[in-house]
Amino acid sequence: MSRTFLGLPLRRGARTLPDDVARPGGHGTSAGAGPASDAFGDVPHPDAPLRWGGSFPDAAREALQNTQLRRNLAHATSTIRAKRAAVVGEVPDWEALRDAGSAIKTDVMARLPELLEELERNVVARGGVVHWARDADEANRIVADLVKAKGVDEVVKVKSMATQEIGLNEALAAEGIAAYETDLAELIVQLADDMPSHILVPAIHRNRAEIREIFLARMGDAPPDLSDVPRELAMAARAHLRRKFLSAKVAISGANFGVADTGTLTVVESEGNGRMCLTLPETLVTVMGIEKVVPTYTDLEVFLQLLPRSSTGERMNPYTSLWTGVTPGDGPQEFHLVLLDNGRTDVLADEVGRAALHCIRCSACLNVCPVYERVGGHAYGSVYPGPIGAILTPQLTKSSGGLSGHHDPNASLPYASTLCGACYEVCPVKIDIPSILVELRAREVDADRGRPTGWGAAMKAASFVMSDARRFELAEKAAGLGRVVAGPKGRISTLPPPASAWTRSRDLPAPAKQTFRDWWRDRPAPAPPVADPGDTGGFGAAATDNPGFGDGGEGR
Amino acid sequence: MSARDDVLARVRAALGGATATGGPAASGTVARAYREHGDLAPGSPEAVDVLVDRLVDYRAHVHVAASAAEVATIVGDLLADATSVVVPPQLDAAWLGALGAGTAVVPDARDDPRTPDELDRVDAVVTAARVAIADTGTIVLDGEPDQGRRAITLVPDLHVCVVRTDQVVEAVPEAVRLLAAHPERPQTWISGPSATSDIELSRVEGVHGPRTLHVILAPPR
Repeated sequence: MSRTFLGLPLRRGARTLPDDVARPGGHGTSAGAGPASDAFGDVPHPDAPLRWGGSFPDAAREALQNTQLRRNLAHATSTIRAKRAAVVGEVPDWEALRDAGSAIKTDVMARLPELLEELERNVVARGGVVHWARDADEANRIVADLVKAKGVDEVVKVKSMATQEIGLNEALAAEGIAAYETDLAELIVQLADDMPSHILVPAIHRNRAEIREIFLARMGDAPPDLSDVPRELAMAARAHLRRKFLSAKVAISGANFGVADTGTLTVVESEGNGRMCLTLPETLVTVMGIEKVVPTYTDLEVFLQLLPRSSTGERMNPYTSLWTGVTPGDGPQEFHLVLLDNGRTDVLADEVGRAALHCIRCSACLNVCPVYERVGGHAYGSVYPGPIGAILTPQLTKSSGGLSGHHDPNASLPYASTLCGACYEVCPVKIDIPSILVELRAREVDADRGRPTGWGAAMKAASFVMSDARRFELAEKAAGLGRVVAGPKGRISTLPPPASAWTRSRDLPAPAKQTFRDWWRDRPAPAPPVADPGDTGGFGAAATDNPGFGDGGEGR
Repeated sequence: MSARDDVLARVRAALGGATATGGPAASGTVARAYREHGDLAPGSPEAVDVLVDRLVDYRAHVHVAASAAEVATIVGDLLADATSVVVPPQLDAAWLGALGAGTAVVPDARDDPRTPDELDRVDAVVTAARVAIADTGTIVLDGEPDQGRRAITLVPDLHVCVVRTDQVVEAVPEAVRLLAAHPERPQTWISGPSATSDIELSRVEGVHGPRTLHVILAPPR
């Protein structure tokens, strides 16, 4: 399988922009794509948004070769970490808010059927239409049919993880409908024919110079003297999308929260592209994961404090829109809500893993993760990268082997962590990501039991050797040979398989010249006990009463 | 089985049938140890000071008016270069009293809406507000007749928003509970001018929404 510089597998027929550069979303032919067609690396689009193809270790190894990517990420994540820490520090009751956020989400999961029915009732009562989708295909079909029923072949979109997850843009393109992303970062990704690498800022892997290049080559109407000053780049995006907003008939959005007791939907954003999509078109279609429901309107007071400070490091994001069904004379006069399962009920069925559904998509866990900062989002092979992706993606794809299949790339995701715990510290709804990662690792290992694996064979061998003192001593002596392999530098850097699995990413120190047993046998006679209570040298005396490591063998 | 019944059945199966069968048990089961009110009294000078600090921090322009007449003077000054301004149906007429002769007033209402293209040709908008949150520098509009349709505060590039000081609360929960009286009203929460953090996660003001936000703090009615 050929791979790209970002370590992504190439999908069949990479998507490129058709001749009309202003019309995105086609799996179109690249004929006449122009001189810019290869400018940004041949970044592919995977067949499945939740399973791009490569395993995490393979993709990470390739991503680590990209020093530009690492520089961009280090800069962006350190900026946002400092901003988040500053605005979270301002809030005296931050921990109480986190506790409330966590408790509300736990309550939501426990009462999900009732809350979904209540939300549906209230949306319908206010003039909305509610649709239910079991999976991505069903959701895409519903949206495409709604768009076609309006007789249009283009829509504007607010950035939404749910629609990324179901591959809505590609599905609409296949139906001849162009979906224009209007969030700045999403626009950058779409113009570059790239894939998102961050939940909040999909183009976080691009720096200002790269963004300028992308705009000049792909936007079609970028000013020729465009500089790489962020404000100028933002102005170019404003001018580019203005006509689209003013003329769009149908918009598609996600939702941050859906309030059960009022039927109110919420979108949190910064640029005003969300307001444009939610306000100006005649028809609005919102795709929302079933876990995004909250019980009451006042619950918003918790999440509207937690979310902006955790995600963009702002006290409040510039714009938040709340709407309830249809308001006569103000905004879209036709509103559709698509409630999406797509694997969420599989996650819900796991009492430990279901906390992954509490996620409010702030991305704070990505920004603090030492692994994410170094490998970037593409290495996770899913539209949900970073620590939350490492627990969400395998579980969302559980029914197709994402958690247990030894051949499935998603089964490697729970290992994409050092378990340092920074993600748990910053999570605004206190998802214990490290514990869930450990739990999922155990599931993956359990799923492989009874099947011959290198790991299993090594553990069996270790058990055989270590359960008998004589065998262990022989093994220690044999390990001394490693000193020959290590050579004068005292490190073993390459070993043949299966030990190569270790030495591929870490050196092995040379075994010590003397084993512990040899040292123990040859040690000088223990000094007589000393009365001084400050003396911690009681080791020798205590040790004589103790058969010591190794001698006890099975008897201990 | 319909998709609806299927999804709901899957949810119930996932929960192992252990889910509460009674109606919504309210969220009374959720402990709320966070601050439901700030320390500063609504409308107090201290709360207004915090609001001003936060608005300025997010690049909104703040003006303080001692009277309705002074609001009019400030509006007149801010719109001196504007050739047109769109206004909601029940905007306080006194606020437009000092508008220059070169500034056309464009009316807009739910039963008489301007098209997006018409709004795009308008230079500015003047509205009132529903409530302002000092802690976060947020102004909330709820679409009532002194604030108008959502589109009029979105398309024009300059938004002048008049906030009465008695509308200022300190904390987010205070505003949410006030707004909960009419959850069906379409709301827009505005914290500074349109901005983005999408380029290297640095904040840049001015993208699709109004690039300039003026807030005039007016005395209570």
